[in-house]
Amino acid sequence: MSTATRSLPRAIGAHAILLTYTAIALFPVVLVVMNSFKSRAGIFGAPLTPPTPKTFDLIGYTTVFGQGDFIHYFQNSLVVTVASLFFVLLFGAMAAFALSEYRFRGNTMMGLYLALGIMIPIRLGTVAILQLMVATGLVNSLTALILVYTAQGLPLAIFILSEFMKQVSSDLKNAGRIDGLSEYTIFFRLVLPLVRPSMATVAVFTMIPIWNDLWFPLILAPSEETKTVTLGAQLFLGQFVTNWNAILAALSLAILPVLILYVIFSRQLIRGITSGAVK
Amino acid sequence: MATELMAAETRPKRAIRWHVGVFLAPAVLVYTAFMILPLFGTLQLSLFRNIEQSQVFVGLGNFRTLFGDPNWSVNFWNALRNNVWFFIIHMLVQNPIGVLLAALLSSPRLRFTAFYRTAIFVPTILSFVIVGFAWKLILSPIWGVAPHLMDFVGLKSFFTPWLGKEQYALTALSLVSVWQFVGIPMMLIYAALLSIPDEVIEAAECDGVTGMAQFWKIKLPLILPSIGIISILTFVGNFNAFDLIYTAQGALAGPNYSTDILGTFLYRAFFGFQLQVGDPNMGATIATIMFLIILAGVCVYLFLVQTRLRRYQF
Repeated sequence: MSTATRSLPRAIGAHAILLTYTAIALFPVVLVVMNSFKSRAGIFGAPLTPPTPKTFDLIGYTTVFGQGDFIHYFQNSLVVTVASLFFVLLFGAMAAFALSEYRFRGNTMMGLYLALGIMIPIRLGTVAILQLMVATGLVNSLTALILVYTAQGLPLAIFILSEFMKQVSSDLKNAGRIDGLSEYTIFFRLVLPLVRPSMATVAVFTMIPIWNDLWFPLILAPSEETKTVTLGAQLFLGQFVTNWNAILAALSLAILPVLILYVIFSRQLIRGITSGAVK
Repeated sequence: MATELMAAETRPKRAIRWHVGVFLAPAVLVYTAFMILPLFGTLQLSLFRNIEQSQVFVGLGNFRTLFGDPNWSVNFWNALRNNVWFFIIHMLVQNPIGVLLAALLSSPRLRFTAFYRTAIFVPTILSFVIVGFAWKLILSPIWGVAPHLMDFVGLKSFFTPWLGKEQYALTALSLVSVWQFVGIPMMLIYAALLSIPDEVIEAAECDGVTGMAQFWKIKLPLILPSIGIISILTFVGNFNAFDLIYTAQGALAGPNYSTDILGTFLYRAFFGFQLQVGDPNMGATIATIMFLIILAGVCVYLFLVQTRLRRYQF
């Protein structure tokens, strides 16, 4: 490490700026969650104070659970996210392995072709995607969302995973080949376990945009049966514009699962970003 | 490469390696079927028009309508202008703040950096629905949180319902979006700063270059490639944005279309809204324009800004 002369004022200044920004980043979240536990009078009377026994009220949550079918939306989101994630990771890892392990004609072209989708958003093809889904009868089905999200997640997953797979020792794979393992066994038994940490990184990157997406659920699967929690919350919020308790409770319910997952996986996510794979 | 030699030795002259195809097939099929083909399908649809229940080829007719017909062009240029402003705000506010935070986070032996990093990234993981609505509530004059807070610093008289005023709404929403995404430039720049070798910094210190001068003269040139990447990510993200505006202001992007951007304009054209009937061909035309804008941005980035990217190509 360098032996820079560290001046106390500068450290204090840095902390002051970072703390201020942290407050700005967290304030809206804290405000919403805090007020969701208050009565209407509490919300408007003293929005900036935490709930006291006098203002504590769960009326918002009872309204949300009474009105919206949130458990069902939540299930839909979970099915879509988990299934898309599974396919992105499996197909992405397989393709990344093929690209990084074998030299074949068109390897570079294939890599570039698959990387196109990192920069060009899938959203621009929406008009034709909807036609395709109508033609195949997949409109208003979770399958439609899963297929689209799998296609959306693949480019970045392949890009990141092949960087990592290049680092897997070729001696190990060749030892496997000498022992007579098939290429499939080498991939599933030797390589996959070794890249598991980078798979976790890719999983987090893939998961967040899928869970939060509003565009495709709105266009491909807006029916009551297939609503995801993001779309459900959007419509619910639109309906209850004047019921502040319900709105704040619904927002909190939408924030909390993501926040909990984030706190669990944040180390993974931040390591993924700072590891240099996605610079 | 040792790998190739070994592979060649163990499998001499076996012509077709089926497993390569098997590994590639699922990804390539799904990606092609649901991403590439629809993209080209959309580009193609922009050249057709639905006349009496059948698709008729009209060449660039739809584009002429979009640019020339006042029913479309007024909204289109408005959306494009707004989108450019949306992007400018991001470049001027989000990225400098991101660089500043990253520079502070990477200062040697600063404590609690993990906490700051985690906390500042929180908004980025939230969905637009949450962000849009939460800020709508905060800025709402009914709740009064914003004027209340501004009172603390004596600025209460400056408060107006920003989201409801034509001249402020777009800027206010751009800043909300900046608030949400500042974590991304921060993280990427932070990673770039951490990867600067210690020797470089030490050499700078030996030459007496420290503090701010060190940042401007040594570190900033070294993180320029990352700043390039952030700029293109911001560009693509902004010209493809939809959710935040839709959540906060609805599909009509009020007040009076003042927050309309290409994403919301595409949505209205495609699906129709209120009295307007949806038109897939015009939707495809707008999507094509967005595609061309994004493609142009990516090309400028690849060819002019960043020759270094070669390393990342397969």
